[in-house]
Amino acid sequence: MNPANRPEMTQRFEAIYNEAVARKKALNESSQPMIYIGMATCGLAAGALETRQSFEQTLLEEDLAAIIRPVGCIGHCYAEPVVIIDHPSSGFPPLFYQQVTPGKAKMLVKSFLAGGDPLFEHVLGAMKANDMVPQVTDFPRFSQEERIVMGKCGLIDPEDIYDYIAEGGYLSLIKALTLSQDEIIKEIKNSGLRGRGGAGFLTGRKWGLAKDAQGLKKFVICNADEGDPGAYMDRTILESNPHQVLEGMAICAYAVGATEAIAYVRSEYPIAVKRVVTAISQAEELGLFGEGAQGFFDIKFSVFKGSGAFVCGEETALIQSLEGNRGMPRHRPPYPVQKGLNGHPTVINNVKTLASVPAIINKGAQWYRDIGARQSPGTAIFSVVGSVVHPGLVEIPMGVTLETLIFDICGGIPNKKGFKAVQIGGPSGGCLPADFLATPIDFDSLSGAGAMMGSGGMVVMDEDTCMVNVARYFVDFTQKESCGKCTFCRIGTRHLLDILDRITKGEGREGDLEQLESLALAIKAGSLCGLGKTAPNPILTSLRYFRDEYEAHIMEKRCPAGMCRKLTAYYIDLDRCARGCDACVGSCPVEAIFTTKNRKKGIDQSLCVKCGECMAACPQQYDAVRKVSPPDKAPVIERPVEE
Amino acid sequence: MNYSASEEEAGLPDKIALERDVAARLKGFDNHRRNLIPILQDIQDHFLYLAPEAILMVAEHIGIGASEVYGVATFYNQFRFHPPGRHPIKVCLGTACHVRGGDIILENFERKLGISDGETTTDREFSIERVACVGCCALAPVAVVDENIQGHMAPSKVEGIVLGYKIERDRIDRERENEPGEPA
Repeated sequence: MNPANRPEMTQRFEAIYNEAVARKKALNESSQPMIYIGMATCGLAAGALETRQSFEQTLLEEDLAAIIRPVGCIGHCYAEPVVIIDHPSSGFPPLFYQQVTPGKAKMLVKSFLAGGDPLFEHVLGAMKANDMVPQVTDFPRFSQEERIVMGKCGLIDPEDIYDYIAEGGYLSLIKALTLSQDEIIKEIKNSGLRGRGGAGFLTGRKWGLAKDAQGLKKFVICNADEGDPGAYMDRTILESNPHQVLEGMAICAYAVGATEAIAYVRSEYPIAVKRVVTAISQAEELGLFGEGAQGFFDIKFSVFKGSGAFVCGEETALIQSLEGNRGMPRHRPPYPVQKGLNGHPTVINNVKTLASVPAIINKGAQWYRDIGARQSPGTAIFSVVGSVVHPGLVEIPMGVTLETLIFDICGGIPNKKGFKAVQIGGPSGGCLPADFLATPIDFDSLSGAGAMMGSGGMVVMDEDTCMVNVARYFVDFTQKESCGKCTFCRIGTRHLLDILDRITKGEGREGDLEQLESLALAIKAGSLCGLGKTAPNPILTSLRYFRDEYEAHIMEKRCPAGMCRKLTAYYIDLDRCARGCDACVGSCPVEAIFTTKNRKKGIDQSLCVKCGECMAACPQQYDAVRKVSPPDKAPVIERPVEE
Repeated sequence: MNYSASEEEAGLPDKIALERDVAARLKGFDNHRRNLIPILQDIQDHFLYLAPEAILMVAEHIGIGASEVYGVATFYNQFRFHPPGRHPIKVCLGTACHVRGGDIILENFERKLGISDGETTTDREFSIERVACVGCCALAPVAVVDENIQGHMAPSKVEGIVLGYKIERDRIDRERENEPGEPA
């Protein structure tokens, strides 16, 4: 490990930094308006590409000049596609627009860029303080957030290294290279940073162990094998600001004495893979890092594409897959920091952990410690989805309660429905009912309540969600993803699934719940890795907090939430159904709806697949489609015999 | 790529071309075991699935048994062993999509196309795959058709998508018939 000689290095970086600032200044001083479009996966899914084309085309038609900058994701999924327009000569501050469809884009060019009218009805807020437009930070969805990891996401161009450097990027790496390895590790230790992959191990301690480990060669791996079906923050960070993660990896590599850094990214995230590859080549081109004497210090970066196995999020399984084997975890100790990839000491950290590092080095351990909770300093990122008004990625200081997060920040439950439960931590986590809304979000409080921080996936469920069905869903997932090494995990989860399958089909038996419990505990005890140890959590927590729902399924063959399809039926209330209305007929995918003799409608239960389309199609003023559980409560309406 | 037009039309490259192409790809990797997964990914990126011949060649290149290669490949969800349809349909069954009825969407595609998850229609037009989270949970339920992400899916939208492709295909067929001088 030879950081190039320090004064020379600082000088070299200063030149790069000056270049970055000059580029940014030139951009800011150009009189052209800037249009920032959020182009991460979620933005693209919402139609950001069409929006961009519409901007480009209308600009051409109107013969106007503007700079369109593709940026990453700001985390406000409900508002996608997000566009920020900075039009200084109009006198307005940069404005944040939500749900910018191609049509809206056209309007914005014509009214705002050409006419100077910013169309206030589509503005969410201003990005800077001013006395005309309320700021976005006045809204709780913005004001209660504290962004350390995602601070630059959605504001800079992820494919332009100068954009990151102009915002102070890579300064922490330069600072770190002037410190000794021990000084960095001490700083990280003092900051109290805990691994954001879910388990919450102290990062500084992991680094210390790796530094002290003996080996010819050492590795740093960034774990971006985000497999939890419902969490996507790692992807967003890599797509929106890959350099921050690379900087964290480089600092870690220097601190522990590693010469190779590998970003392990899911192949399901093609845009993230592409942006990380681009970022690495840009940083190498500038000479920030590279092999031998090319870089500021000797480090080789590479990207490995994970092939879609949930278990590979587990560090020993991840190493197996890097070595070209089936991703099956092995026994620990020895831990990867002692004997990891190809037998060499290996530090494996999550994306969020590594992305937190540059800020800690820059601002100091004490600054980080003052954010968040005492035992869990810093921020947590959650992908809050499901039944909430403002879903998306939220970065909050640790210690904020679940209630604040779900109701104040994310706007609560839509459609006037009641809150039922929140599922935290994906397939390894648990479901917490309303009684736990006051629980502060940190590693220890959540595990105390039976859930876990896990990946940061958070699914909010309203009264229409069946907890038995959700438990079945997660067991179905872990059952498929079990690597098959441990008998309890491989066969035990299969049996859990069979029992839950029966229960949700109305074939539950007495004694099923006891069997679920004992089997769940046995799987926890008899599994080697985190997957098996936590797989029964969704069942155990839902059994603990929603036992009555299980009992209703077994005893009464009834699904209280009306979600289990075998236990529900739709029927048409003939008193409300309008004579001659055909709204539901076309909506039915299986032609189960027929016309009765008096020209009203009925549902043929033998054909119905219970998709609920007729309920959505029935005009509001009639509201004639009803859902009941158990299904035999639906009145029988005979299909008239065709003549 | 030197498939003749008719082979590309059928989507099935002939064996010799495949072997030649795989051999060329293998030259880009040394025979270290850790290259196994990147090699398989590279082959699948190009051919969209892992043909038995390709697996045999990879095994020989790395110097391990074909069963070992097959064992690794089947462990990971990414790898396919049958060619997908021209319009692959992926239905997201992540948590948020499940809660909002993703399984109903899957069922509708299956019913409409007459195949189950993991299968390809006999005319090789469509294939259905279930995936765990494509990461657009705010748009749930989601399906990905031909790389286009379709948010807020509903059974009626399923019909619309399938119908849209059928109409498009009929149009192309008609145009081809009307084209003068082209042999059928």
